[in-house]
Amino acid sequence: MRAEPLSLREQARRALDDGELQRALAVVRRGWQDTRRRAIDELPEFDELREIGARIRDHVLAHLDIYLERFAERVRAAGGEVHVARDAAEARALVLRLLEQHRARRVTKSKSMVCEEIGLAEAMEEAGLERVETDLGEYIIQLAGERPSHLIGPAVHITQERIRDLFARHHQSDPDNTPEALVAEARQVLRRHYLEADAGITGANFLVADTGSVITVTNEGNAELTQGLPRLHIVVAGIEKLVPRMEDAFTLLRLLARSATGQEFSAYTTIITGPRREGDLDGPEAFHVVLVDNGRSDLLATRFRPILRCIRCGACMNHCPVYLAIGGHAYGWVYVGPMGAVLTPHFLGIEKAYPLPEASTFCGRCEEVCPVRIPLPGLLRYWREEAFRRRVHGPSVRAGLGIWAWIALRPRLYRFVVGLASWSLRALGGRRGRIRRLPGASGWTRSRDFPAPEGGGFVAGWNRGRRR
Amino acid sequence: MARPEVALFATCLVDLFRPTIGYAAAQLIADCGAEVVVPPGQTCCGQPAYNSGDRERAQRLARQNIELLEPFDRVVVPSGSCAGMIRVHYPALFADQPELAERARALSLRVEELSCFLCERGARVTVSLPAPLRATYHDSCSGLRELGIKEQPRRLLAQVGGLELVEMRECESCCGFGGTFCVKYPEISTRMVDEKVARIRESGAELVLAGDLGCLMNIAGRLRRSGSGVEVRHYAEVLAGRLDRPPIAGAG
Repeated sequence: MRAEPLSLREQARRALDDGELQRALAVVRRGWQDTRRRAIDELPEFDELREIGARIRDHVLAHLDIYLERFAERVRAAGGEVHVARDAAEARALVLRLLEQHRARRVTKSKSMVCEEIGLAEAMEEAGLERVETDLGEYIIQLAGERPSHLIGPAVHITQERIRDLFARHHQSDPDNTPEALVAEARQVLRRHYLEADAGITGANFLVADTGSVITVTNEGNAELTQGLPRLHIVVAGIEKLVPRMEDAFTLLRLLARSATGQEFSAYTTIITGPRREGDLDGPEAFHVVLVDNGRSDLLATRFRPILRCIRCGACMNHCPVYLAIGGHAYGWVYVGPMGAVLTPHFLGIEKAYPLPEASTFCGRCEEVCPVRIPLPGLLRYWREEAFRRRVHGPSVRAGLGIWAWIALRPRLYRFVVGLASWSLRALGGRRGRIRRLPGASGWTRSRDFPAPEGGGFVAGWNRGRRR
Repeated sequence: MARPEVALFATCLVDLFRPTIGYAAAQLIADCGAEVVVPPGQTCCGQPAYNSGDRERAQRLARQNIELLEPFDRVVVPSGSCAGMIRVHYPALFADQPELAERARALSLRVEELSCFLCERGARVTVSLPAPLRATYHDSCSGLRELGIKEQPRRLLAQVGGLELVEMRECESCCGFGGTFCVKYPEISTRMVDEKVARIRESGAELVLAGDLGCLMNIAGRLRRSGSGVEVRHYAEVLAGRLDRPPIAGAG
């Protein structure tokens, strides 16, 4: 059976015509690229730091078993518990069971991409649990009933006017259309939820093996309130989030903030180790970490392993001309932009996701800005090879490539074909030297003229003695 | 010292669409005291297969080119993308075939993009334009990021009499060509080239230069369709004083 492929081209068309989205994307382009640039210009050792960051991540990935065990040991020693989920279903079940065991019905949740990946929100809804997203962007998305469109700015596609309207409708209020008024109103509403919640669910930016600590960074302080106030704290994190030592986490945090938002450091960096201890003023009574594998250990054994270095900063999408043209939703799944185009085929299968690796010019901007030097275009090319090997394209694509290569491997025949193509295209171009409509190349000629050949192939011409 | 024998690998696009670039490149190479050979067995570097995931056909083409080009002292390519294919990707293509990998590596050391070769040889540009012209330079992605081509073409162009080089904003942004990308995702590609065209227009340049014919055809095609008269050429045409030829996609 053939899986229905993601309709990236359709989605892209819609996105390109969506004026609101286009205005929002222009802000990403102007805002985040410039702030990153400024932050990096102020840190001459940034490139060196990237090397160290990449090495830390590679080291962890090469010894993941050891660090997982060490981390679990330390969490238990601190009074917490660690669970490992093999796949998304297991992860959802684990979280739901924990919530049930602790009779938790009202749940606050800070931003976590892995929770999106495992479909936790839907599972909680089906279980009749109340979930409130506490990251402002995620909260907006929740009100809008949408999906995040960016790793660190989930609501980046939603304009301020629409946020105002969403708030007015859902809060039965009438806030001013200013960032300050909207943030103040969200804070007011969220505060009540923080205090009433039975459980808080957070993701993790890093898990420190040596200490059993979980590190989250935010600019709103919402992760602290999500994990510190309710009686139960559940951390959901991918197994690749481990780092050996606290020092390593801080090296990566320096890279993360600069690459993501251009900050030297995020406004809030929270390190939590186990549940509330005797004499602690706050903190949860129970502390659980759900480590999600969901195919990550399979990836480790493949040439796609470098994608597991990813620290989810979003720099690749902030600099990707394709992402900046179409936004995140067009990618059709949780992870978007270049890192998403590498990850999604792994989760959904290349038969379904092959349009994503193809939606790249291999311009290399993503690799250029990646703080842990993931060779993203190279990994996308591997997916194209995988797609080709599994024959996901129709026979005409393969035949076209086959005929072209067959000719290109026969230089004399190739010269003849070049001569023929040159002559006929030149005839089509006429005196103007360009073709307005070319059968079979409408993808090009619908928006561009097609430059006609000057005539007389160069290689043949030169070897006949022509010199200009 | 004997004149080094330089093979000019013209690239499939130059061969078919714009021989002027080939003749200009040959003249520039010869002007630095090298013997130019255009091996008649050359076809394509194999990028279309490689980037379509057809590794096996890409290997076969790479092998054909290795055999064709390895006898020469140097190989010069008037395209950052194709030079990058041979220099950076050929060795990687044969990761599982040590003998060919070694030959690919040996070849990669002798392959150079045209502007890099000219700068390395200390080429002096003596041409002057018949009338002053304001040009802007687009940094093609592969040349810029795989081979570090940035200053070389600008340094050479700065020596052309009567040519004023102005930088457009975002000169390092992709033009949206991307080989098969531009026909697989024409709407996204068009948006990208529209951005590029807007930057070109706001720069006030009358001429756009770059080092890759794919990008140039894409930019020229969109400029003409949108009714702009800005001319588009490969930088080698300017360096070799070949402005007598009509620009890419014809005059506006």
